[in-house]
Amino acid sequence: MADVALRKVVKRYDDVEAVRGIDLDIADHEFIVLVGPSGCGKSTTLRMIAGLEDISDGDIMIGGDIVNDVPPKDRDIAMVFQNYALYPHMTVAENMSFGLRLKHYPKAEIKARVTEAARLLDITDLIDRKPKQLSGGQRQRVAMGRAIVRNPKVFLFDEPLSNLDAKLRVQMRIEIKKVHQKVRTTTVYVTHDQVEAMTLADRVVVMNKGCIEQIGTPNELYHKPATRFVAGFIGSPAMNFIPCRLEDVGGTLQLRLTDRIAFPLPPARAARYNALPRTEKLLLGIRPEHLTESHAHLAPGVETFDTVLDVTEPMGMETLVYFGLDGTPVCGRVDPNAGAKDGAPMRLAMDLNNMHLLNEETGVVL
Amino acid sequence: MSTFAIDKAGPSRKVKYGSMSRDRAWALRWSYFFLVLFAIFFLTPPIYMLITSLKSSAEISAATNPWWVFHPTLSNYVELLTSNQFLRFFWNSSIVSIVVVIITMLISIPAAFALARMKFWGSATLATGVFLTYLIPDSLLFIPLFKMLGVVQDYTGIMLLNRWYVLLFIYPTLTVPFCTWIMIGYFASIPKELDEAALIDGASWLQTLTRIFIPVALPGLIAATIFAFTVSWAQFLYPLVFTTSVDQLVLPVGITTTLIKGDVFNWGQIMTGALLGAAPPLIIYAFLMDYYIAGLTAGATKG
Repeated sequence: MADVALRKVVKRYDDVEAVRGIDLDIADHEFIVLVGPSGCGKSTTLRMIAGLEDISDGDIMIGGDIVNDVPPKDRDIAMVFQNYALYPHMTVAENMSFGLRLKHYPKAEIKARVTEAARLLDITDLIDRKPKQLSGGQRQRVAMGRAIVRNPKVFLFDEPLSNLDAKLRVQMRIEIKKVHQKVRTTTVYVTHDQVEAMTLADRVVVMNKGCIEQIGTPNELYHKPATRFVAGFIGSPAMNFIPCRLEDVGGTLQLRLTDRIAFPLPPARAARYNALPRTEKLLLGIRPEHLTESHAHLAPGVETFDTVLDVTEPMGMETLVYFGLDGTPVCGRVDPNAGAKDGAPMRLAMDLNNMHLLNEETGVVL
Repeated sequence: MSTFAIDKAGPSRKVKYGSMSRDRAWALRWSYFFLVLFAIFFLTPPIYMLITSLKSSAEISAATNPWWVFHPTLSNYVELLTSNQFLRFFWNSSIVSIVVVIITMLISIPAAFALARMKFWGSATLATGVFLTYLIPDSLLFIPLFKMLGVVQDYTGIMLLNRWYVLLFIYPTLTVPFCTWIMIGYFASIPKELDEAALIDGASWLQTLTRIFIPVALPGLIAATIFAFTVSWAQFLYPLVFTTSVDQLVLPVGITTTLIKGDVFNWGQIMTGALLGAAPPLIIYAFLMDYYIAGLTAGATKG
């Protein structure tokens, strides 16, 4: 087990920069998830840690040693691929023990390790089968088993659940978390699914266009996003961004959304945003769960407004409502019993204690 | 066939003209028609060979029905199989073909692996180049090859021309490019993650080749083996040019040069020899077909 560090790592393909000088410190035992849209450089970063891609610039360290020119087999890592990459002509046991056999481990130890890993992953009964006789979920377990028996310094997962159906994905997600709790190996996990990232990670690294947008715990990213990209990427349904500006009305700072709708800011927020120029073009970032139906007793900082709903989506435990504010589509989450109907007027409440204010041009959260 | 069964099973369902099952039925009929036509076309010569090989010389030259044997005899077979000459040809052909297959595989497999997987400068051009060499006909190559080997023989003093073993150097010029090309295709179809997984598991390139690629691409290797053997076994022009002494000849050249004397054709023995000569590839096909398992890669990755 070991920590992993990336220092100004760059990956260039001809004239395209896939990864643009990223810095990342991963502590021992930590579960790090790299998340971002396709083409953001997350898989490339993982493959550079694995040694499957050369790095164009910078340093990668595993356990304090620079491994830039160390071949994958000498980095003491194990990788789980999206499409499993099991050896089709070998049984499950042979697949799992391949790496150990290449290193000439004693037979008894190989058997012990394979048995232990199979028990951990609940695939003891499948040990003599060939990969083609296994289901997708079972194959993914074998692929994980192959990583575990090696007892490596670092686990690398490259979108391991993308090929599974939705139900199995949730189940395997929990399995992966359980396995990590037991073996505690430093893990770098790549996914494009923000739910996977939030549920698995100790810390999430959000990547976009070859750069790191933000590093933080799932809670930090959710509640204190640094940029519009992170704010919009984490959370489902996504955060609403509504054009707005600040104005002073009778000594209080107001947030004007449309000609009709303007809210006084709660004192804490007003103090924070007071220094901003009133002319600046801003975006209000508000999550759908902070746009709910109106109550009789509203907490301070919660303001109401009337709107006409375009579409409603009953989800069972909640109903998603969609409406427009001066042409900007907005999504809210209301109680299923609040009486939201397609095309009907509704009074909604916006919790400004949980608002974010962004610079429209730079996308930075202020 | 099955389409009619389905139609009967569902009497309430009417099959419209131009429906899928009707189209399929006609497609099947046409395929059978052409398959039978081709079978007749291609099986007639061997059947004629078999019939003729069972006749005596007298019966062959008699004006009887050529498609029927009136006095079957195995004398042609007995004569050939007891003739040291024929057995010598057979032996030469066997040793040449087997050794050529081995040489071809030893060169083609690593070459294909390198060209399919190790991306080095010019690897793509080289892969195409390998295939292009196969397109040059042997009838163009044999004169320069003869000259080259003559020079080597004069220079080193090692006898090469008119020796059966010279064929071991020449046949691979035909088999290696094609086998390499086939196997580049097979190796390229193996998912990239498989060798990456092996690489991370600690395998060297050679171990990845021997323990992952060769077992996984076995059907491709067998196809290439069959091809190399068939080409070596049936090659006519090169042995005709490079070997002349009777004890150095391989089967196809041996049969035509020793059984045709001037304008005297010993048809019975020629047909028998050809039939016996065609047997080994046939037997090899029959056996290796069982190992010709498609879909060996199933289960390696998703899909």
